[in-house]
Amino acid sequence: MNTTARRDSYDVVVIGAGPAGLAAAATAAEAGLSTLLLDENAGPGGQVWRAIASTPVTKRDHLGADYWAGAELVEAVRSSGAEIIQRATVWSLDKHLEIGVSVGGASFFVKARRVILATGALERPFPIPGWTLPGVMTAGAAQTMLKSSGLVPDGPTVIAGQGPLLWLLAAQILRLGGRIDRILDTTERRNYLAALPHAFAFMTSPYFAKGFALMRQVRAKVPVVSGVTELAAAGDGELATVTYLSGSRRETVPAELLLLHQGVVPNVNLAMAVGIEHRWDELQLCWSPVLDRDCNTSVEGIAIAGDGAGIGGAEAAIVRGRIAARAAVEALAPAAAFKLAPMATFRASLVKAERGRIFLDTLFRPAPQFRIPSDDTIVCRCEEVSAKDILDAVAIGATGPNQLKAYRRTGMGPCQGRLCGLTVTELMAQARGKTPQEIGYYRLRAPVKPITLAELAAVPKTDADVNAVVRG
Amino acid sequence: MFKRSDQDSRRSVHIVVDGAAVAAREGDTVSAALLASGRDVRRATAVSGAPRLPYCMMGVCFDCLVTIDGVGNRQGCLVPVAEGMQIEIQKGKREIGR
Repeated sequence: MNTTARRDSYDVVVIGAGPAGLAAAATAAEAGLSTLLLDENAGPGGQVWRAIASTPVTKRDHLGADYWAGAELVEAVRSSGAEIIQRATVWSLDKHLEIGVSVGGASFFVKARRVILATGALERPFPIPGWTLPGVMTAGAAQTMLKSSGLVPDGPTVIAGQGPLLWLLAAQILRLGGRIDRILDTTERRNYLAALPHAFAFMTSPYFAKGFALMRQVRAKVPVVSGVTELAAAGDGELATVTYLSGSRRETVPAELLLLHQGVVPNVNLAMAVGIEHRWDELQLCWSPVLDRDCNTSVEGIAIAGDGAGIGGAEAAIVRGRIAARAAVEALAPAAAFKLAPMATFRASLVKAERGRIFLDTLFRPAPQFRIPSDDTIVCRCEEVSAKDILDAVAIGATGPNQLKAYRRTGMGPCQGRLCGLTVTELMAQARGKTPQEIGYYRLRAPVKPITLAELAAVPKTDADVNAVVRG
Repeated sequence: MFKRSDQDSRRSVHIVVDGAAVAAREGDTVSAALLASGRDVRRATAVSGAPRLPYCMMGVCFDCLVTIDGVGNRQGCLVPVAEGMQIEIQKGKREIGR
């Protein structure tokens, strides 16, 4: 397996080997551009196709056809001539398109003429009372263990939240013989009405039939409680119970494992650290980069493809990856672009892949009480800062997420705001009577993943580098 | 909390967790192997000492921090197990020099 780059510079460097990154790398390399694909995981696939080259789950129908569809693209990249480095953590990217990469505890830099960020999404924070207790995890975490290690829940298990992934995960756990005691559906009843005008487009999308089939499979085996408006985890040092409110009925159930999910949001850390302009998306309730139709960002030479460009799902991610890569080919080697499908074909595919997205975004818009917590509920998991702590800081003058760091250290722990940033923005916006756009987000900087000073000091440097900073 | 699927026919990999032998499988991450072991593998946070287990398993939450082969603060969910790997459940902050 590659642990370092063979060259100092590439035509295209793609960051992230999920659907968008794989499609982008394959497209760029097939057109003859020197292409490097950097990915943090042990194997390609991202989250959707995690462990596709190594999963111990051999019964193909257990993971489903959409999962195995990824194998073709992985094969395409492998035979495309693109260089792939797995377990590569990109911790810096600047406007000169220089990329800092850490592999196995040692760092190096590569330069690119074009960078395609395909860093995907992460699960939206789900800050309920007790969400830091051992035994509370994300649905995505359980799915990762299922795909990469064939692990399924075997104790009392509750799944809570909403969205397509939740039902897919539940179906996969059941197929593999895992245990689910109850599903608590937090979809707001009013969302059904709001989503209705968009229902026709969704019914003509491929997600419609699949989604309903999954829900039917799961409902046949697991009690589902809908209209859940309050949720709390409790226990002494580990999860013991889950309490919820549905209508006027409050119930407490024993649980060893609680899997939470309320959708995914773009993983913005690397993109924001380069200074790429982002805007608050009122429908998806998250920060999305400002892009042109070729996926180009506000920083010259950097494009964003996949869910990092705004949530669109795997199908759309593949197409956006191809669009970003074709745009790079047109810019760097226009004569080679004829080897690729026309841009118009990709754009038509994108329209098709995004059909029904507004319906899903509207139906599964998370309820305010599950996004904006109160009282002692932890907001910043790393620095252990509660909603009340943040409101107290606002009361004595903290105006936004960056001032709040000085008051409470929110977002300054190892996760760098990934698990608290959206909550902090919305909580402060509500407290100050402003919009999230006005409140803003953490100012992010490299290194976007923690590396040691020793690793930084050991980076190869020229005499000129040293002379630039040495005095006397 | 978790059990292994009977479809899983991967080779065993032996790791050591706080001095005790644990059988993992080839391709497991350290965090997956720890959660599958059935042992108490809760770490303690640096700030308050609160017990935690991995939350996201995809490299973003840092609740899987663990000492691997003498190096603290490693993200256990991103590191595959290797034969003879020495794991220590990290209680609190990373210590200077490790």
